[in-house]
Amino acid sequence: MRITCPNCGERDRREFYYQGDALALSRPASDAGPEAWDDYLHNRDNPAGDTRDLWFHEAGCGAWLVVERNTVTHAVHKATLAEKVKR
Amino acid sequence: MRLEAPAQTVTFSFDGRKLQGVPGEPVAAALLANDIRLVARSFKYHRPRGVMSAGSEEQNALVTVGRGAQAEPNVRATTLEVSEGLEVFSQNAWPSLRYDMMAVNDLAAPFLGAGFYYKTFMWPRSFWEKLYEPVIRRAAGLGALSGKANEDTYEKAFAFCDVLVIGAGPSGLMAALTAARAGADVILADEDTAMGGRLLRESEKIDGQPAVDWVHNVLAELGAMNNVRLMTRTSVTGAYDQGTYAALETVTGDTAKGKPLNCFWRITAKHAVLCAGALERPIAFPNNDRPGVMMASAVRAYLNRWGVAPGKAVTIFCNNDDAHRTARDLHAAGIKVAALIDSRDDAKIDGDFPIYTGAQVIQTKGRHGLSGITISHNGGTRDIQTDCLAMSGGWNPTVHLTCHMNGRPTWREDIASFVPTPDSVPGMVTAGACNGSFSTADCLAEGAAVAADLARGLGLKPKVTVPVADDAAYAVTPLWAVPGKGRMWIDFQNDVHVKDIKLAAQENFRSVEHMKRYTTQGMAPDQGKSSNVVALAVLADATGRGIPETGTTTFRPPYVPVPIAAMGAGSQGKGFAPERFTTSHKATVARAAPMIEAGLWYRPSYFPQAGETHWQQSCDREVGFVRNAVGVCDVSTLGKIDIQGPDAGALLDFVYTNMFSTLKTGRVRYGLMLREDGHVLDDGTTARLAEDHFVMTTTTAAAGLVMRHLEFVLQALRPDLNANVISVTEQWAQFAVAGPKARDLLNAVLDQPLDEATWPFMACGEVDVAGVKGRLFRISFSGEHAYEVAVPARYGESLFRMLTAQAEVMGGGPYGMEALNVLRIEKGFITHAEIHGRTTAFDIGMGRMISAKKDCIGKSAAARPGLVGDERQQLVGLKSKGADNVLMAGAHLFETDAAETRVNSKGYTTSVCYSPTLDTHLALGFLEDGRARHGDVIKLRDHLRDITEEVEVCDPVFFDPTGGRARG
Amino acid sequence: MANLIALTPCDGLLPISEGSMELREVALERCVSVAPFEGKQKAASDALKAQVSAGLPAVNRRSGAVTWFGHGTWMLAGDVSLHGLAAVTDQSDAWAVVSIAGAGVEDVLARLVPVDLRPSAFKTNHVAKTMLGHMSVTITRTGPAAFEIMAMRSMAATLVHELQVAMRGVALRA
Repeated sequence: MRITCPNCGERDRREFYYQGDALALSRPASDAGPEAWDDYLHNRDNPAGDTRDLWFHEAGCGAWLVVERNTVTHAVHKATLAEKVKR
Repeated sequence: MRLEAPAQTVTFSFDGRKLQGVPGEPVAAALLANDIRLVARSFKYHRPRGVMSAGSEEQNALVTVGRGAQAEPNVRATTLEVSEGLEVFSQNAWPSLRYDMMAVNDLAAPFLGAGFYYKTFMWPRSFWEKLYEPVIRRAAGLGALSGKANEDTYEKAFAFCDVLVIGAGPSGLMAALTAARAGADVILADEDTAMGGRLLRESEKIDGQPAVDWVHNVLAELGAMNNVRLMTRTSVTGAYDQGTYAALETVTGDTAKGKPLNCFWRITAKHAVLCAGALERPIAFPNNDRPGVMMASAVRAYLNRWGVAPGKAVTIFCNNDDAHRTARDLHAAGIKVAALIDSRDDAKIDGDFPIYTGAQVIQTKGRHGLSGITISHNGGTRDIQTDCLAMSGGWNPTVHLTCHMNGRPTWREDIASFVPTPDSVPGMVTAGACNGSFSTADCLAEGAAVAADLARGLGLKPKVTVPVADDAAYAVTPLWAVPGKGRMWIDFQNDVHVKDIKLAAQENFRSVEHMKRYTTQGMAPDQGKSSNVVALAVLADATGRGIPETGTTTFRPPYVPVPIAAMGAGSQGKGFAPERFTTSHKATVARAAPMIEAGLWYRPSYFPQAGETHWQQSCDREVGFVRNAVGVCDVSTLGKIDIQGPDAGALLDFVYTNMFSTLKTGRVRYGLMLREDGHVLDDGTTARLAEDHFVMTTTTAAAGLVMRHLEFVLQALRPDLNANVISVTEQWAQFAVAGPKARDLLNAVLDQPLDEATWPFMACGEVDVAGVKGRLFRISFSGEHAYEVAVPARYGESLFRMLTAQAEVMGGGPYGMEALNVLRIEKGFITHAEIHGRTTAFDIGMGRMISAKKDCIGKSAAARPGLVGDERQQLVGLKSKGADNVLMAGAHLFETDAAETRVNSKGYTTSVCYSPTLDTHLALGFLEDGRARHGDVIKLRDHLRDITEEVEVCDPVFFDPTGGRARG
Repeated sequence: MANLIALTPCDGLLPISEGSMELREVALERCVSVAPFEGKQKAASDALKAQVSAGLPAVNRRSGAVTWFGHGTWMLAGDVSLHGLAAVTDQSDAWAVVSIAGAGVEDVLARLVPVDLRPSAFKTNHVAKTMLGHMSVTITRTGPAAFEIMAMRSMAATLVHELQVAMRGVALRA
């Protein structure tokens, strides 16, 4: 598997650390209540198809990325700097 | 038999017998040249078997190469190259290949059919482990492992290209040539020792010249190009995501000097062209497995390429025109063609040898090698004397790689074969015989055409010129199995015959995947390369379905067996993981300190001194150094993170539970970090060096984790925070100097002396250490008056030597991890033994460290019901009731009168030690409602070591509870 | 009082050679990481240019004494004062730096590094943050058959070991 890091270009999967769903970018307010926090921390879809998840280019440039890919075809559509997605 | 005496020969051996061979030819060719037909015993029935093919698909001729640790089993004699002194041994036979005791299995064959094991060894249940499995395991398998460590060297490597061409036959050569001439970066990989594919094995002409000459010219042109990499002896074994391909290269030459046996390549290609060719399939007729029965194309290969005739009177049995070439080539070479038998009534054949159309081979004879066959013809039978039968049931395109990413091949009725389904692997196209295009002219044209398309896609301008070549149409009429008396073999390598497959269908294993697992067809090292299509045709017939409906089993990587040693090349021994050494490593090892691994780091366990015979003695002494004089310990492995920026304080407030923005410059504070789910992530101290400059320490174990976490917070959660973080773990060599004489020791090495007023507990700042700018932190992980002093790492070894020498003058010395652990347990300080991922701030008694004045990571989740409250297991100290009772880490805690069962467990121990300071055994652990139970006596139970002891619950701070020693 | 003695990260390990390839240590006297604060990248680059006559190069590039060093970070061989513009952190002792040069070095690195380092794809002053074996490294091409590799100081022995094994493998094949 190869991911195109916006900084480094196309790189082998071994350089990346996998975090999980990009939902983690949307941190609830501290007083959002237990259900919102429960959803944020634990509840995840398991889609057969397109996903958006967070990867860390740990053995590369050290950028956190939002990677859009497909779990069925294994196609990697796009990788964006998390800080750009967040802003 | 060789057609001509070779120019050069070398001596190799087979089962100890010295033989002559031509260097570089396959061992199979050399054996046939020496008229050796019996080369192996089959997997299950130990039937005599001979060379069948001339390539990596070989089912029968598996041998062991070399001796002792160097022995490698199950090597295909058809791809193994002859070299001087090569030692080859037959397998799966005892006492000898000719007289194999296990051949009794063949006599018992009526009882040993498919499913025999499943049906027979069902009961009694207890017999399985003790009797059946050991016996079956002894009998099973082909070659045996030496049982010794592998001494050979392997490599792995990465390669990149625009176009990867897999297979260097006519289509592969044309594809590579077309792409390379257009300027693309090309890798051409072929599993053979020489490139050319079938062009090296047929008598054909291209552009009017012999095909081998054309191959030679093309290779010369490709070899001269800078944008081409030619990889012979390299099998592309798998197709993976985003244009990644695996390939196994066999390296030749002197491996004794450390030259690798194999190199395992990971090739990244923008495009790939699969030109893998096709494999000839056998026909299942009675006793079609005798040594001397071979594939028709293999007979041509040995004849045309290596000048070896596999027999003196050869018969050919086929259902297609292609195999007629075998008869023609043999005849032209002066080898007797005893008969050409074509199963088709309408076959058109010319030749000056006996020809039988509409005929079939219905029996063979010859115990250790073929001596004759019986054919049915015109309603009668006829016996023919022959020592080599060349069979051909048609050709199967080598579609394997197109199926590695879930692709399924498509059935083509006209050639009675599966062909690749387009776009099965993104970025991969197919050309030539693997695509079902069998004539040389078609192969050349397709190879050029697909490569030109790819080159245009790369923005290049290819020119296509296709040479003139043979354009013989391929005609085949399916013939899968010939009925008769005796077993009709399909999977020669796993000893599966027609009846096994029919039995599977009869017992309702009708799915091709079920049939495979029931009969083991296709499960041998060759993965059914030659047998799959025949097997599923027989299954289709037995179940009354068509072949397309029956479908194939799944082709998975690797295409050929890959040694695990090649995949893991470089990762044995020291290659397994990087070793991280502190600057004091050499000096520490010189003191004979046993080193223990802490993640990738190596740290001293203890520093033995003369007369000490047990680690406990060294540890107790080192604890005494710190409690009574001064100890020195390298703490450089702790993570150090430099944090700068206007929002550095705000970042720390967000990642720590407690406040850091209020910390004064020149001061250090202990901080607790949570995960977002409310559990403890890590702890450590952070120092404020300037208004907008902090340096954080993490535990050794969590250094990488915390760095990743901080980057996540800054990049993904709070990009509004204007602060930057960078690791400085490696920049600074840092040493703990601890004990009542710590300040005295430091004053001996610092350029300016320390005093209590300017350097109180939790102070930090810059100092001059023997002429070098360093940092000093007055912090303590031992509970003593202590400091950590840091210098740039280049001075680390020198400072360690200076500090330890000075400590020894003062009645102290270096201490290791054992003493460090005792010191911190005595003080109730936690490590990752306690903050192991399932404990909260509340559990470790630090609930009040979660500041109410601000949000922080983990704050909301930490307040969830269930993460706080009396029912939580809380950190406690445990003291042994009997002074000599050693406490056990990992033991569970019970009420004294409770049964020691899981449901009654009230907690567990995490850290234990003998405290020389208090002369008793201590433990830290977690106990339900533990903070309310100080003074209670409970029971500790270690089921593993069968130990039960009574312990008293107490505060986790066993020593100096007021902390006066660290402040004083 | 005795002064402290400085040791380089590869002390006692280098130089070594295999075939026509040489592996040597590059001694770092002083280097600092430069990570510009929010919105200050241009100002930091200008200040840098004024002080060390090289600004911040593009990602994956080296320019003069300044090497891109990861997301939002550069490494300067030398020293600079950029107060308020960038986080400047002393890294002079944090890295084991080696140079590997000679015919065949691309083949050596192809055995360890999962990145295309052939001259057509990776030219002089190109920089890759990647892996060498299991280690994180920064690789810069310094010439036609010459690279500079930076790895963590504590891993110097492993860095040398991995390169030596690969160099031997390539030399044996030549």
